[in-house]
Amino acid sequence: MSEIPLQIDGKDVVAEEGDTILEAAQGAGISIPTLCHHEKLAPYGGCRICVVEAESKGASRLVVSCVHPVEKNLIVRTRSEKVDRIRKTLLELLMAHAPESPALRQLADEYGADGERFEKEISFCVHCGLCVRYCAEVVKKNAVGFIDRGVRKEISFIPEIAAKECDDCKECFPLCPTSYLQAAYVLVESLAFRRD
Amino acid sequence: MARINSPAELEAFRKEILSRRDPTKPCITLCSGTACHATGSKEVAIAIEEELKKQALADKVDFRKTGCHGFCEKGPIVVIDPEETCYLQVTPDDVPELITAALKEHTVVERLIYTDPNTGEKTAHEPEIPFYKHQKRMVFGANRRIAPQSLEDYLANDGAKALVKALVEMTPEEIIAEVKDAGLRGRGGAGFPAGVKWEFARKSKGEPKYVVVNCDEGDPGAYMDRSLMEGNPYGVLEGLIIGAYAIGAHEGYFYVRQEYPLALENLSVAIERAEARGLLGKNILGSGFDFTVKVHRGAGAFVCGEETALLRSLEGKAGEPRPRPPYPAVKGLWDKPTNINNVETWANVPLIINKGAEAFASIGTEGSKGTKIFSLVGKINNTGLVEVPMGITLREVIFDIGGGIPKGKKFKAVQTGGPSGGCIPEKLLDLKVGFDELTKAGSMMGSGGMIIMDEETCMVDVARYFVDFLTDESCGKCVPCREGLRQMHKILTRITEGKGKKEDIATLESLAETAVEASLCALGSTAANPFLSTFRYFKEEYTAHIDDKRCPALSCKELISYYINPANCTGCGLCLKNCPDGAIDGGKKKIHIIDQDKCTNCGTCFDVCPPKFNSVIKISGEAVPPPIAEEQRVIVRKKKGK
Amino acid sequence: MDTARIDQIIDKHDGEASALIQVLLEIQSENHWLPKAVLARVSEKLRVPLSQIQHIATFYKAFSLVPKGRHQVHICMGTACHVRGATRVLEKVQDLTGIKPGETDLELKFSLETVNCLGCCALGPVMEIDGKTHGKITPAETPDVIESYE
Repeated sequence: MSEIPLQIDGKDVVAEEGDTILEAAQGAGISIPTLCHHEKLAPYGGCRICVVEAESKGASRLVVSCVHPVEKNLIVRTRSEKVDRIRKTLLELLMAHAPESPALRQLADEYGADGERFEKEISFCVHCGLCVRYCAEVVKKNAVGFIDRGVRKEISFIPEIAAKECDDCKECFPLCPTSYLQAAYVLVESLAFRRD
Repeated sequence: MARINSPAELEAFRKEILSRRDPTKPCITLCSGTACHATGSKEVAIAIEEELKKQALADKVDFRKTGCHGFCEKGPIVVIDPEETCYLQVTPDDVPELITAALKEHTVVERLIYTDPNTGEKTAHEPEIPFYKHQKRMVFGANRRIAPQSLEDYLANDGAKALVKALVEMTPEEIIAEVKDAGLRGRGGAGFPAGVKWEFARKSKGEPKYVVVNCDEGDPGAYMDRSLMEGNPYGVLEGLIIGAYAIGAHEGYFYVRQEYPLALENLSVAIERAEARGLLGKNILGSGFDFTVKVHRGAGAFVCGEETALLRSLEGKAGEPRPRPPYPAVKGLWDKPTNINNVETWANVPLIINKGAEAFASIGTEGSKGTKIFSLVGKINNTGLVEVPMGITLREVIFDIGGGIPKGKKFKAVQTGGPSGGCIPEKLLDLKVGFDELTKAGSMMGSGGMIIMDEETCMVDVARYFVDFLTDESCGKCVPCREGLRQMHKILTRITEGKGKKEDIATLESLAETAVEASLCALGSTAANPFLSTFRYFKEEYTAHIDDKRCPALSCKELISYYINPANCTGCGLCLKNCPDGAIDGGKKKIHIIDQDKCTNCGTCFDVCPPKFNSVIKISGEAVPPPIAEEQRVIVRKKKGK
Repeated sequence: MDTARIDQIIDKHDGEASALIQVLLEIQSENHWLPKAVLARVSEKLRVPLSQIQHIATFYKAFSLVPKGRHQVHICMGTACHVRGATRVLEKVQDLTGIKPGETDLELKFSLETVNCLGCCALGPVMEIDGKTHGKITPAETPDVIESYE
């Protein structure tokens, strides 16, 4: 595996071919905020909070650091006026669903995000996908999945599988940034579980 | 059917086909594309077959059911060859007269030929009809001459010549160089140079390699690919085989929308027959090149037109795009190097190989070579599919070919590029059509949809319409697109309902920036284009909606009121009779009045009021005049002469 | 739909997980909807988790997880039809049938869908019922058309 030199926030970093910018940054002790990222799961690139500025050949653009591969001599800036502005808007969009979420509130304070900016649709789920992906990739039970698409996308437990597996597991519960997952589980448990 | 094992055998077969065909023999050509089916061409076909039998002409006349001719406004279309006499809007009842005239009396049925709506001039000769005259149908023209499933028709029309030239006379590198020099840019929307993409795929490491045909045409109002796939499946297939050979792929996929049953049927038959004849499969024409194809149906998701989402769908997964890099040319289908191109792009390849790069590049502009097929639809007289050289002006397309705006209305804007594109106003009508030119004007070429809008189209509603479309079609994975569209939809809907706020424009612009900078795929990053372009050119409409609660186009339901003008009303009672809500008060010889409290703004009264009276008007942004006094409602008919 | 038929369709595609969407399309075409038992069988035979199949069956609009009515009413909401007034046709049909797009009425008579573009733009606005095209349709004409279906 060849070595890829790049620069992150003015610091020279050496990464390996195939690393993502996020991995390279974390390896160098530089922190980039994330929401949908988890070290046990394949990179998802859903929340876009980890956007950074990447400059190569004099041209700069925003890239999503958890999925973007490192490039030789790339100049990365994890904070900038534009990066901060985009992160602020992303947080405000998410807070329209889950205004009280601790994870979102913490980031909102740092970026000056206004939880009241957008019209609320308090569904609580922010579609980070951590529950679905954890159950598929780590626990491998596939008890919860996504349904539909676009603005109607939601998570949904499969009652038959959840009734069998979730009681003894619940490893995904602490991952949910808004605690919607626990509520969804309780609802499907009361409505749809058949315990023989 | 005997397998053709070499180019020599193919040429012999082609000669044999041509020897059986007499170019002077009369041929009735009936357009049988999906749009003509919708206007009744199947019934016309039956009528033609019956009449030919009745007049004992069945063996003296050929009858060919072809794919779409493109003049969809005037279907069903019958063309009599070799004279090229073109008959429009033919009904089964017209058929006996038509056949007698064309084949026995050698006259023309005047009432069925093209009549210019402005001058009244009649044209029977197809190539001279203005709609066709100004086009350059290099790719689409074949539709007119071949029955889609007929390999013999295809070969009789110079089919497979490019395939032989590519496999026998050229190396893969030479083919790629030819396509690069021709300057062919992708016809699906992004306009990326096809040859360059092919080269990436060829150079990428990994086996097997794949080639894919993107027939997931999803832009509402665009149906070019459907007509190409329905009408000339062999043509697309030939381009694909050539591309596969150039890239080094031995497996190909056609991804076709399941909403296109005729295209799927004709394609499947074409593939079967090509395989049987050795033009597909193992050792094609004895060249040593193996190539097979599979057909996959789409299942109703616009986002699967995006290349990485399409590949995921081919893999049997939900159509959620993948981040790029890596690009499909490096890591595509099952992480192998894959080249995916649009139907029209593949259909241009045989043309380039046959004519050569220089000839192809002599058509078009500096940055946009060749022709483009557009679907010209909406508020236009000559609705249909048109193929024009890049560099033609929008004015020529809309007025010379399209015949202008119906009902004497004024042109307002042309929307191109589907939900990723924008609206181009009247002042830019002399813009030359091309990838970069349209992008600079705030729109994009897109797949080729050209929706014409007139003075009655509300541009704020257009933006809302496209955002509404995308809220449903977004895959929902990334926040800027899913949540951005959710909020854009709320805001634009409020504006059309008269509930717009001062800060709405700034919010929309902020959402647009977020979508552009941080979306996962082009659906998200271009989602704000309809808003951005309509705001750029029609700012006053946004201001009117937000500040004055007024819709200048008199279109937004919540912002208009219907009113019967007492000066024009003759008391005919049609509006009262048809009003579904009982909101109209009237009576014989009485001026009718709409009860604004009961009125639901359905617009029926406006539709049914006879044009000669023109009594129902729409009002926006101002109060409806109070009802006139009872005594004044009695209509006294003025006697003539006295 | 019986298990044997489902297995037949799956075997035709060599039991490949990547053929999932093609398999479901065939079942949808024959059965007009995808019952849960069918999804469970497909999950078992193709070895694809039920949660993924559920996502795919709801992601793609060709599939229906509920039974459909006797008559499929499709109203084109493509851009060309939209500028020619398709929204008003849709509103009228919603009133007449009592259902919204994506729904089926309680008697299982009509299923209403909006579709993106039927490609018959010359005939816009277009309403398609059971594959038959009703072109240049106005709201005022819809009651007669809808009432003609049993």
